[in-house]
Amino acid sequence: MSERKFRQVGTRPIRHDGLDKVTGRAQFGADFSLPGMLWGKVLRSPHAHARIRSIDVSAALALPGVHAVITGRDFPEVAAESAAGGEGATDFRDLALNVMARDKALYHGHPVAAVAATSVRIAEEACKKIAVDYEVLTPVLSLDQALAKDAPILHERMRASGDEPLPEGPTNLASRREMGRGDVAAGFAAADAVVEREFRTPMVHQGYIEPHAVLARTGEDGRAVVYCCTQGPFMVRAFSAKVLGVATDTIKVVPTEIGGGFGGKTTVYLEPLAILLSRKSGRPVKMVMTREEVFRATGPTSGTHIRVKMGAKRDGTLTAAEAVLVYEAGAFKGSPVGAAMMTVFAPYKLANVRIEGWDVVVNKPKVAAYRAPGAPMAALATETVMDELARKLGQDPIDFRLVNAAHEGVQATYGPKFRAIGFVESLRAAKAHPHYRAPLGANQGRGVACGFWFNAGLSSSANVSINEDGSAVVMSGCPDIGGSRASLALMAAEELGIPVEQVRPVVVDTESIGFNDLTGGSRVTFATGMAVIEAARDVVNQLRARAAKTWEVELDAVAWNEGRAVAVNGAEGKHEPLTLRQLAARAAATGGPISGRASLTARGAGPGFATHLCDVEVDRETGAVKVLRYTAVQDAGRAVHPSYVEGQMQGGVAQGIGWALNEEYVYDARGAMENPGFLDYRVPVASDLPMIDTVIVEVPNPMHPYGVRGVGETPIVPPLAAVANAVERAAGVEIRELPISPPKLLALIEGAR
Amino acid sequence: MARVVFAPGLRRFTGGAESVEIEARDVRELLGALYRRWPELESRLAEGTAIAVDGEVIPNGEALFEPLRPDTEVHFLPQIGGG
Repeated sequence: MSERKFRQVGTRPIRHDGLDKVTGRAQFGADFSLPGMLWGKVLRSPHAHARIRSIDVSAALALPGVHAVITGRDFPEVAAESAAGGEGATDFRDLALNVMARDKALYHGHPVAAVAATSVRIAEEACKKIAVDYEVLTPVLSLDQALAKDAPILHERMRASGDEPLPEGPTNLASRREMGRGDVAAGFAAADAVVEREFRTPMVHQGYIEPHAVLARTGEDGRAVVYCCTQGPFMVRAFSAKVLGVATDTIKVVPTEIGGGFGGKTTVYLEPLAILLSRKSGRPVKMVMTREEVFRATGPTSGTHIRVKMGAKRDGTLTAAEAVLVYEAGAFKGSPVGAAMMTVFAPYKLANVRIEGWDVVVNKPKVAAYRAPGAPMAALATETVMDELARKLGQDPIDFRLVNAAHEGVQATYGPKFRAIGFVESLRAAKAHPHYRAPLGANQGRGVACGFWFNAGLSSSANVSINEDGSAVVMSGCPDIGGSRASLALMAAEELGIPVEQVRPVVVDTESIGFNDLTGGSRVTFATGMAVIEAARDVVNQLRARAAKTWEVELDAVAWNEGRAVAVNGAEGKHEPLTLRQLAARAAATGGPISGRASLTARGAGPGFATHLCDVEVDRETGAVKVLRYTAVQDAGRAVHPSYVEGQMQGGVAQGIGWALNEEYVYDARGAMENPGFLDYRVPVASDLPMIDTVIVEVPNPMHPYGVRGVGETPIVPPLAAVANAVERAAGVEIRELPISPPKLLALIEGAR
Repeated sequence: MARVVFAPGLRRFTGGAESVEIEARDVRELLGALYRRWPELESRLAEGTAIAVDGEVIPNGEALFEPLRPDTEVHFLPQIGGG
């Protein structure tokens, strides 16, 4: 595999969807309309925790222009049932209650009713006329509050699950799990240096630019067509069907272009509401969230409280590690603490390790997936403790990590043995980079941090069809959130032996292709790419058969070489090669149109590892941090389109820097988010960041025909710690809390004086 | 014989056993053998669990027909998602 010479893979063509996007022609979720369309709006709870005594919608229904109003009573009871989703398991009962509250509002912004009217203004006016009688309850806004004795309980029926000891009776602790091996106490006793620290990180949002949007049309036969921006059209179909209690095949989902997701569009919010409003009104219904609604009522990622303890010998060998990870799930169980447990020490060789994970409900929006869910906060803890251990032992931070770095054959801390991985290679590349040796000035510091993410395989289907002129169409059911159209087209072009410009990649609806799991887990270029390669090979075999028929030779006398059928195995020189264009033109005469398809469950997603370097300058008067230089090194297995691999790395770093320095959900005492807009929820903009340098390391994944690994999530894992370590070295303080905003850092600097 | 390794939280269902060797052709046979031996394990593993088979992490329900080699190592892990 590593010997294969690629002609297309590894090149940097302009993406097929690029021109439409930069000229504004691409159609995103809110760009779709239908004749007779109504506008839907959601009435949301003004309380973070309240019992809903009654809802009176009569005044709203009486308003001219209002065609339908729905509340929790319009939805069927949904049984507790678990299914794989973007954030691991999704409980459909919880999902249904999150989409529309029934007896209780569990966060500020929780939907309690929805209206369809002839204009947005009338729909908003109608929402104001809906009378909801609330019994306001004390909100639970932090992990400490949630776990305190006599804490208000969010779900009276919920009991803690998992590993003992567990509290008895109603609790806000959804689950507690343990994993580990070896003798941790003996490991710490054998250490020459031990570091233990606690960290707190706030809830943060993915910050995708495009708000959630949907247009649903339900016909007289009850069948619905849904246009929406989502990472998973098949997920929208299945989840909406569950919430509404209808058969999956009554819903068709057409994915629109998507303006960012990062995991946040791996569940449903508006879609079941729009379908139900459309069914009730008999008209198409369009719903578009405001930015404020996106912040208040879609899934950010968990706020956390993490304790990590690690020990090492003088020679740098780690002897033991222990972590307690407590994660906010939001209003319903299901934080990414399981992934956090598995990733927290994954980059390192450790014989003695103990990890505990708590999943805790609070009166905040239910968390959704966010790029490597759960891992960045865990890595913040591990990598800052690693950095302090290196300082204590007088070791170079990269050398210290190299001593302990996992490699092929090492038993991961979460259990299984690693196959071929590129962690050591990423560390060596970072150490060799000129950035690592560049001098630093006063009040400047350099941070090193590493990160790991599993990457996913899951199920994918792909079709490759040949047009009559010899060009090709690649069909996928996975929305393109990171340049996957380009990577899928490149892989098809590689197999077919034609220029990538002659391959048209398209994302199609749920009735035009076999099942696809959602775009997530950095899986599309890996898994759907595998399906595309298989489908293209199917096409190549058909093309060879057509040539064999034309030449009246056996199939094994025809090889496919650079887009042409050539005679081999004794037939050399007897027949002129036939190009794909020629074979396509004769397709009707040789057996009909040519198309290939593949459906598979991809195994062998190779884990991704990264090492990041970050230089910052700290203003000791204001506490402001400026990122001066940033270099991200990552193993991509095989970079199919290097520009989009680099783009993923840069995007992950930018989001991670925002998480480290600025971003946080700020709540008032009643549980209302105080900063639900981009002016006050400060994501980094171009002027905040330096050019983010990238180095792609390629250690091929032996389980993929080209060696591909997922690349989209790993790059957000190290930046929180890379920034924190740089600030610690620049300012001589100890970071225990994110974001490292100016007032917080100033307080630390003044405290250290 | 496939070797099944139990995380600390699962050991209360296995009488404290940290690992066990099971003769099985695939995951379905292996789970059947485990549940016959420790019936309480079944409901515990149904709670959002993934199975790692020789390093391949697979959602529990999707792993049933995964073949096992004589030296295969099996771990039970929390089910994870991706963004």
